[in-house]
Amino acid sequence: MKKVFERPASLRAVPTHYCSGCGHSIVHRLVCEVIDELGIREDVIAVCPVGCAVIAYEYWDFDCSEAPHGRTPCVATGIKRVHPDKVVFSYQGDGDLAAIGTAEIIHTANRGENITVFFINNGVYGMTNGQMAPTTLIGQKTSTSIHGRDITRDGYPMKMSELLSQLPGAKYIERVSVDNPANVLKTRAAIKKALKCQMEGKGFSLVEILSPCPTYWGLSPKDACRRIEDEMSKAFPLGVIKDA
Amino acid sequence: MGKITIDRNACKGCGLCAINCPEKLIIIDESMNVRGVHPAKFTETDPEKCKGCKMCAIMCPEVCIEVYK
Ligand SMILES: Cc1ncc(C[n+]2csc(CCOP(=O)(O)OP(=O)(O)O)c2C)c(N)n1
Ligand code: SF4
Ligand code: SF4
Ligand code: SF4
Ligand SMILES: [Mg+2]
Repeated sequence: MKKVFERPASLRAVPTHYCSGCGHSIVHRLVCEVIDELGIREDVIAVCPVGCAVIAYEYWDFDCSEAPHGRTPCVATGIKRVHPDKVVFSYQGDGDLAAIGTAEIIHTANRGENITVFFINNGVYGMTNGQMAPTTLIGQKTSTSIHGRDITRDGYPMKMSELLSQLPGAKYIERVSVDNPANVLKTRAAIKKALKCQMEGKGFSLVEILSPCPTYWGLSPKDACRRIEDEMSKAFPLGVIKDA
Repeated sequence: MGKITIDRNACKGCGLCAINCPEKLIIIDESMNVRGVHPAKFTETDPEKCKGCKMCAIMCPEVCIEVYK
């Protein structure tokens, strides 16, 4: 028998700090699989966020930088402008991208910066104990919406991918999820397409990934995946949003 | 015909491999690993049913499964 699945070379063989069943770890692996497949490990530069993925550089065995909360697109912009031959990506949570970093992501996309963004939407601020995010679903209970998100007080779940797709500078935007094997494979394909969009010099690309946070959803990993299928992907429909 | 290996002590016991195996060949072990969690365990009763389809490994957040075919 031949080995048909193993750890990608660019993912360090160390335990992660992520909770059991966390989607971040699945996405970390997929990013490495694609980087290895494209043979760009020496050319890639990641910008890691503030959030649960703050020490992604401990796991990714390629060049990484770090940015203040919400500012990864700006740091990625600077790196890409100085090193246009490098493949530069920003990895961001929903608190990072859709709350504190709203201005940064909008202007980065609007400038059509030739970078790629991996946007992990888990509907909460995971790192700081599960507070409500702009992406929290209506009625969802979090530590700052203890009776459930109320639209009259908290507004609506913000569809960042649809918003960003309105900007001419944005070239490729797709929403995917990691709740079952078929969707994980679609996520892998979207990550590859987004990096290729950048490598072909087309401009700004973003993949939004609906990702389980079992800990702050108060669910088992299994039920967290089911919630993505039953609830989250109803509010945030999966599919290609823009392919210009 | 396929086969998997599970890195027992790297496993966080999330069970995502087990629920996604089409042949239901992965169980959650009764004994604990070094992390103090009940890890996933490949079947001892009918390993020949494994197709090497990779569904378990594709879902594993901790990359503790290797698949052979
Ligand atoms: C300038 C600044 N403001 C606030 C914080 C506190 N803080 C750390 S992580 C975080 C939210 C992270 O949520 P998200 O981006 O969704 O990432 P997740 O942990 O859910 O993956 C906040 C508010 C900070 N570190 N820096
Ligand atoms: S708090 Fe949520 S997002 Fe953070 S590591 Fe745990 S499961 Fe993952
Ligand atoms: S490779 Fe497929 S059949 Fe074999 S244990 Fe994994 S999911 Fe089950
Ligand atoms: S998916 Fe991985 S971490 Fe989760 S129970 Fe299976 S082997 Fe363990
Ligand atoms: Mg989040």
